[in-house]
Amino acid sequence: MRKLLFVLVLVPALAYAQTLTRDGVTLTPAQEARAEDIGSQLRCLVCQNESIEGSSADLAKQLRTIIRQQVVAGDSSKSIMNYMVQRYGIFVLLMPPFMRLTWALYASPFIGIILGFFGYWLMRRTKAEAPAPLTDADTRRLDELLK
Amino acid sequence: MIPELGHFALALAVALAFAQGVIGIFAPGLRDPRAMRGVPALALSQFLAIGAAFLALIYAGVVSDFTVENVANFSSAQVPLLYRITGTWGNHDGSMLLWCFILSLCGATVAAFGNGLPASLRARVLGVLGLVSGGFLLFTLTVSDPFTRLWPPPLDGAGVNPILQDPGLAFHPPVLYTGYVGFSVAFAFAIAALIEGRIDAAWGRWVRPWALISWCFLTAGIALGSWWSYYTLGWGGYWFWDPVENAALLPWLTGTALLHCAIVVEKREALKAWAVLLAIATFSLSLSGTFLVRSGILNSVHSFAAAPNQGLFILALLAITIGGSLLLFAIRAPILAATGIYAPLSRESALVLNNIFICSIAMVVFVGTLYPPFVNLLFGVQLSIGAPFFNETVLPLAGPIILAMGVGPMMAWKRAALLPVLRQLWLAAAVGLLVFLVMAANRHVIAALGLAGGAWVVMAAITDIAGRIRLFRVSAGSSLARLWVLPRAVVGATLGHIGFGMMVLGIAGMTLATQKVIVLKPGQSTQLGGYTWTLDDIHDAPGPNFSQRVADISLSENGKVFMTLHPARRFFSAQKVITNTAAIRTNGFQDIYAVFAAEPPGSGGAELRLNRHPLAPEIWLGGLVMALGGGISLSDRRLRVGAPARKKLAGAVA
Amino acid sequence: MSPLRRRLLFGIPLALAVAGGEGFYIILRRMQQNDYDPHALPSPLIGKRPPAFNLPGADGMQGFSNTDLLAPPKPMLVNWFASWCMPCLQEAPMLMKLAKTGLEIWGIAYQDHPQDLANFISTNGNPYTRLAADASGLTAINWGVYGVPETYFIDKQGIVRWRYAGALTDDVVSGTLQPLLQKYA
Repeated sequence: MRKLLFVLVLVPALAYAQTLTRDGVTLTPAQEARAEDIGSQLRCLVCQNESIEGSSADLAKQLRTIIRQQVVAGDSSKSIMNYMVQRYGIFVLLMPPFMRLTWALYASPFIGIILGFFGYWLMRRTKAEAPAPLTDADTRRLDELLK
Repeated sequence: MIPELGHFALALAVALAFAQGVIGIFAPGLRDPRAMRGVPALALSQFLAIGAAFLALIYAGVVSDFTVENVANFSSAQVPLLYRITGTWGNHDGSMLLWCFILSLCGATVAAFGNGLPASLRARVLGVLGLVSGGFLLFTLTVSDPFTRLWPPPLDGAGVNPILQDPGLAFHPPVLYTGYVGFSVAFAFAIAALIEGRIDAAWGRWVRPWALISWCFLTAGIALGSWWSYYTLGWGGYWFWDPVENAALLPWLTGTALLHCAIVVEKREALKAWAVLLAIATFSLSLSGTFLVRSGILNSVHSFAAAPNQGLFILALLAITIGGSLLLFAIRAPILAATGIYAPLSRESALVLNNIFICSIAMVVFVGTLYPPFVNLLFGVQLSIGAPFFNETVLPLAGPIILAMGVGPMMAWKRAALLPVLRQLWLAAAVGLLVFLVMAANRHVIAALGLAGGAWVVMAAITDIAGRIRLFRVSAGSSLARLWVLPRAVVGATLGHIGFGMMVLGIAGMTLATQKVIVLKPGQSTQLGGYTWTLDDIHDAPGPNFSQRVADISLSENGKVFMTLHPARRFFSAQKVITNTAAIRTNGFQDIYAVFAAEPPGSGGAELRLNRHPLAPEIWLGGLVMALGGGISLSDRRLRVGAPARKKLAGAVA
Repeated sequence: MSPLRRRLLFGIPLALAVAGGEGFYIILRRMQQNDYDPHALPSPLIGKRPPAFNLPGADGMQGFSNTDLLAPPKPMLVNWFASWCMPCLQEAPMLMKLAKTGLEIWGIAYQDHPQDLANFISTNGNPYTRLAADASGLTAINWGVYGVPETYFIDKQGIVRWRYAGALTDDVVSGTLQPLLQKYA
């Protein structure tokens, strides 16, 4: 258990110590973390359903380098994303921006929950109206079945 | 000759399936007991016919009969026997046949073991299955025939896609399909009940084992697929929210909701129309998932690239199956009234809450998957909706489920009090809080939430069982005896929840993964995760139908080597494809994961991806435990697939 | 709740399924008629001039920069390709055919080796009036090129009107390119 705690708590902390080189750019672990975060939000266009961060395609690799160069140059994450959108369109964003076209998408979790509770409320209300009586045959059959 | 026999058997199966469908659906209405008795026989013969066709195709694959187009295009004499067999369903036509085979297997099981069902219900269930089967068999026979001959035959086949030459993926489709198709039985029960116009507690009891067994297979199939992408795609990703994955997740979600909802139907005769809708939805989602994903509409890496005319045929079949059943639902379901009453605070209400949140997740996944093609159709804008969207919408919805999961199973039926339950759960809550505080102190807030949630679910389930067997309050032997006589359904459900908790732990643990991409020359080493990773050597190694380059990596801690890893790059010369085979070592609580990504020219070394994944094994172990829990639950004597014989009574009702 | 409202409520799933099915039907039918590609990605360059670049010539031909594309005498194509790309090989005869009709095509070789490129041109013919090399692939990224071949249609004002990703086929040429040429002639 103590070893497990060590693995869970200390190891990630130890990993953040020195600079590293990734895709030809040398950067600090904090910068690398930011680059990975940006890369995992961008779609690799060659491979259709992978992020730039996860893909092994050449273009993805090149874009990873560009992201890291911009991160080292101090560009904000937003401006790096904009750089990509300018070139490839909003299709490149794995999380589409909130806009007129996507409001229904972002509303879907709330609609789901609201519909669910509304249905539950409706059901509880209607049930009081119609307690369907069991016929004798039903009762007999049920008793037999549930024995 | 053999392929022609298979083709003939397939044609025979179409006729049998339609006979089964028509007689099964109309005989009970005509009150013709003789015709009704014939339906199970038809179902069994249909199964035998498809079985023969399926065997014929496998035979053609095994003996490498390249006059069969399917074998010539997707198999090769050089491929190992296992993959010549599994290759038969690794393509569109063959997978259709596998799909129909499993569907007929389900029908045959109902026919063979459904003696306890009322004869009219059984005939109708088989009738619905027969019609569905007939439609898809007709599709297979006419536009997707796996037995098409090729002349002159090539000297060797084109070979099995190297990605499919892997034991994990070879058995992934049959397991997943069994899950998908198994829900056809729950669906057929729902349609039969709508036709009969009545649903009672017994219906809930008959449907549940079928839903449960399909759910187990679906769970195992999804876990297998996720595990496969984890160890082959080479960067430790295990879930991509790809349309194909979502297509499997959707029926899993609604199927899970159905399992929980059927309990309420059985106990309280409430939520009947909802249960029927879930049964219809689950199978409809399975169908759309299997077929629409392949139509090339969705942006997906996996697809068998069916031609659009096949797509239209399939769409027509889906329209008839799904549209017809929902039409029937719209007409008949309003007469299904609930009879049982329960308080807002009760186990029943907790199960309703579970349904609301699971179905909300299903809705988000559904909307997120279908949004891009429909926005593109209507507005001409290409959107992508990927992992970041789903993670940020689904995970918050999973939160309430995780919280309620600990409390729900301990609440009383009909009317419960919350306080005594919470008092029992103090230990689970304390463990969860401790985990959260420790992790949050290290600024891993997301991991902290996940780990705390997982710990809470596991601990609460253990508390539940411990309370039931009076652990530590009576002697150990007496506790064990109590465990043994506990209803298997209770043990199974608890195990299912523990499995889910483990999975949550694994997913949360993976957010703490550390990784490094580095080019090393032989002899060089690097530090990662407290270990020293040394590249000892790069060398060639032989393989059956590929050649490979292997990197030997050793791990040491404090100067002592404790593990060696051998990731490889495989070259399949027949298809000119390179695959990376990751080396994964697990101790049950973490994975050490190494990939030999490339040999950059001029570097004289290897580009390696080195990863350390804390708690990763728990993701798949959790899935396995969930499926196992389902299996144990299935062995509960109240839930036997055939429902214990009640022949006399069934006859009386019919 | 009135029986009618109850009925309507139970009809909602059917209505949703019908709407969804209708959508899929339209998509599939239009795919079959080849007038709809659900994966086509509109280029953000459309309606704009290409970004600033200046690429050297390749295979002994003259390179070009964005200023050379400011005002072509008539509409033209810029074709991104590479000798190592299979669809480019399939596309080559179509480009030759288009060049013979008098259409001006400028090529940009994407991440190519000079020798491979020379071989490719000598075996497949040269449809290009000018040929530039983007060895680093950075100009391609600025254009939003995500794979070769890609073809851009540029009008007389130097504005990109159309982008096609993939090998040009007879269907694409007669269905889209010819109408564009007439429209912007």
